[in-house]
Amino acid sequence: MPQTLFEKIWNQHVVAQEPDSPAILYIDLHLVHEVTSPQAFAGLRRRGLRVRRPDKTVATLDHSIPTHSPDLPILDEMAAKQIQVMEDNCREFGIRLYGLHSPQRGIVHVIGPELGLTQPGMTIVCGDSHTSTHGAFGALAFGIGTSEVEMVLATQCLLQRKPKTYQVHVEGRLNPGVSAKDIILALIAKIGVGGGTGHVFEYTGPAIRALTMEQRMTICNMSIEGGARAGMVAPDDTTFEYLAGREYAPKGAAWDEAVARWRRLPTDEGATYDKSVTLNASELEPMITYGTNPGMGMPITGRVPDPDTVADANQKLALEKALKYMDLRPGQPLLGHPINVVFIGSCTNSRISDLRQAAELLRGRKVAPGVRMLVVPGSQAVKRQAEAEGLDKVFLEAGADWRHAGCSMCIAMNGDQLQPGEYAVSTSNRNFEGRQGKGGRTFLASPLTAAAAAITGKITDVRTLL
Amino acid sequence: MPQFTTLTSRLVALPINDIDTDQIIPAQFLKVTDKAGLGNALFFNWRYNADGSLNPDFVLNRPEAQGAQILLAGDNFGCGSSREHAPWALTAYGFRAVISTSFADIFRGNALKNGLLPIIVDKATYAELLELAAKAPQAELTVDLEAQTLTLPDGRAVTFPIDAFSKACLLKGTDELGYILSFEDRIAAYEATH
Ligand code: SF4
Repeated sequence: MPQTLFEKIWNQHVVAQEPDSPAILYIDLHLVHEVTSPQAFAGLRRRGLRVRRPDKTVATLDHSIPTHSPDLPILDEMAAKQIQVMEDNCREFGIRLYGLHSPQRGIVHVIGPELGLTQPGMTIVCGDSHTSTHGAFGALAFGIGTSEVEMVLATQCLLQRKPKTYQVHVEGRLNPGVSAKDIILALIAKIGVGGGTGHVFEYTGPAIRALTMEQRMTICNMSIEGGARAGMVAPDDTTFEYLAGREYAPKGAAWDEAVARWRRLPTDEGATYDKSVTLNASELEPMITYGTNPGMGMPITGRVPDPDTVADANQKLALEKALKYMDLRPGQPLLGHPINVVFIGSCTNSRISDLRQAAELLRGRKVAPGVRMLVVPGSQAVKRQAEAEGLDKVFLEAGADWRHAGCSMCIAMNGDQLQPGEYAVSTSNRNFEGRQGKGGRTFLASPLTAAAAAITGKITDVRTLL
Repeated sequence: MPQFTTLTSRLVALPINDIDTDQIIPAQFLKVTDKAGLGNALFFNWRYNADGSLNPDFVLNRPEAQGAQILLAGDNFGCGSSREHAPWALTAYGFRAVISTSFADIFRGNALKNGLLPIIVDKATYAELLELAAKAPQAELTVDLEAQTLTLPDGRAVTFPIDAFSKACLLKGTDELGYILSFEDRIAAYEATH
C-alpha cells in the first residue's frame, strides 16, 4: 500500500505495539536543554536508572542563559543554578553538552541541523515544542514533556498514539518581500491554533520545494503553533546538499548509502492524508499578527478584525481580550502603528539567511530614534559566520544590539525582555500575553518586516523599502 | 503517579479559548530544578497585578472558587509550549481535572502523566457547565473515571472518552516508564537490527 513520509518513518520505528495500547516508538536522537530536563534526571536518579543511549543524546544551553558575553558572570541565581545542574547531569550521565563556552552552543533547534545531527528518516524528540523544526529534513520530530524526557533517557523509547496526517500543499511562488515566515503565519491564520491538533503536517507543493533548508525550518518550526506536534518536508537534493559534509552527517560510502535510503522516504504516489489544505504562495502578502496567539494574524495591509463579527462566543471573548491586551481597536490598520522594540532571533528566524535579509535592508540605514533593536544569532556558529560577512557591523552601525546566541527575548527568561506596554515586532513564534515580558505586546512577523519596522519605527510594508 | 478514581468537586470556569501554557505558568517560573511548589505560579499574570497584589477580578481569586478541583476552560486548552510545569502547577494548586471541548496534544499527554484528568465534552455540555458555574457556583460535579462519567448536580450523567491505556494507568496510578521498561528485550532486539 502506498505510504506517506510520516507513515514510513513511523512504521520503521515501532518497537512494539500491544492491543489497546500506544506504540513503543524508538527514538534516534534526543536533544536536551536546561529548562525541561532537571526533573527528568532527578527521576532517573530516584529510580536508579542510567541513560540508555548517551550516544543518541545531545544537550545544549539556550533558554535561561544571558546573551551578553559568556565570560561575564550569570547574575540570575536561579538561571545560574539551572545551568550548573545541566552541566552536572551531563557529566554524571555521560551526555555530550554544548556548554557555555562551546563554540558550537546555540538554540537546540538551530544546532541540531547545523551539526548534521538532524537527518532524514530519523525520529527526534526534545522537551521543547519547537522540535517540529527538525521535520524540515524529512524527520519525524516533536516536542515532549519532562516525564517523556525521562522515559527517553531511560529507554530510548516513547509511548505514542499514532497521529493522523495533514497535507499542507503550497502552490505558486513567493513574491519579493514575502518569505517562509509569511507562509506559515498565513497557514495558522487560516486553520487556527488548534487546526492541526492530533495531526502531523506534511508540507508539499512547488512553493515548498523552492525553499532553502533554512526556510523550510522556519515553516516546520511553527507547525506547533497550528496545533500539530510535528511538521515535515520530504527530503530532496536541497536537503542532501545542506547536510553533505556537516560534522555528524555520514561520510564516504556511508553517505551514498544514506542518500539512497533517504530517497525512498518521500510520500508514495497514491498515498492519502487524513486532511488537507491548500495555500497559494503567489497570493501572499507579508503577514503580521495583531493578537495574543499566532493564529490572530493577517496580511500587513489588513485591518484588525471586529469581535462583533465573530460568531463563536468563546472565540469572540478571546479576541476581545486580545485586543484589550494589545490596546488595538477593531477595524484599525496596523500599518503605521508605532513600535518600541524589534527582536530578530529565536529558533524560527535566527539563522544566517535571516540575518542576511535583515542586514541587507538595514545596510546604510539607521534604527529609528527611540527604537531598541536586538539581534540574537541562533548559535555561536551563526554569530561567527555573520561576523565573517560583516553583518554585525551593519547591525551595530544601524544602532542595533548584537548579542551572543540564545533564546533571549523569544521567551524572556534571561533578562532580555519587553517592559509593560511596549510594542515589539518579533521574528519569534509566540505572541502570547507576557511571552516577551509581562505586559509586553508582540507583533510576529518575518525578519524583513521586523527590519523594516526598525528603520521606520512603525509597522511598515517592507515592499515599500525594497 | 497519583491515582485517579472518582472526584466530587465544585467547578471554576475560565471560558477562554486557546489558553496557552505560558498563561498557565509564565516562563519566569521555569528556572526551577524540581517540580514541587508551583501552585503559586499558576495563572500568575492573571492572578496577580503588576504590583504583586491579588487581582480580585480574576476568577480563581473569588471566594466561591476556593477549593474547587475542577477547571472548565475553552477550546484547545494547553496549547503552545511543551512545559510539563503546566500540569505541575495545576495539580499543586489543587486541580484534579480539567474539562474542555478539546486539549492541545502535548498538554493532554503531560496531564495524564501527572494524575490530572483531561475531560473532553461536547459543545452543548460545555455550555451547560458554563451556565452552572455562573448560576450555581456551589453545585458539585462527580467524575467517575471507571464509568467514564461526569455526573451533573441534577443527577444526569454525561460520558466522556478516554483511551483504555491512559484510563488503566490513571486508575492504578502506574506510570508509563515502568511499562516501557518491561519491553527491555524488544528494545534490545530493535537496537540489534537497526
Ligand atoms: S527560541 Fe524560543 S521557541 Fe525556540 S526553543 Fe528557544 S524559547 Fe523555545
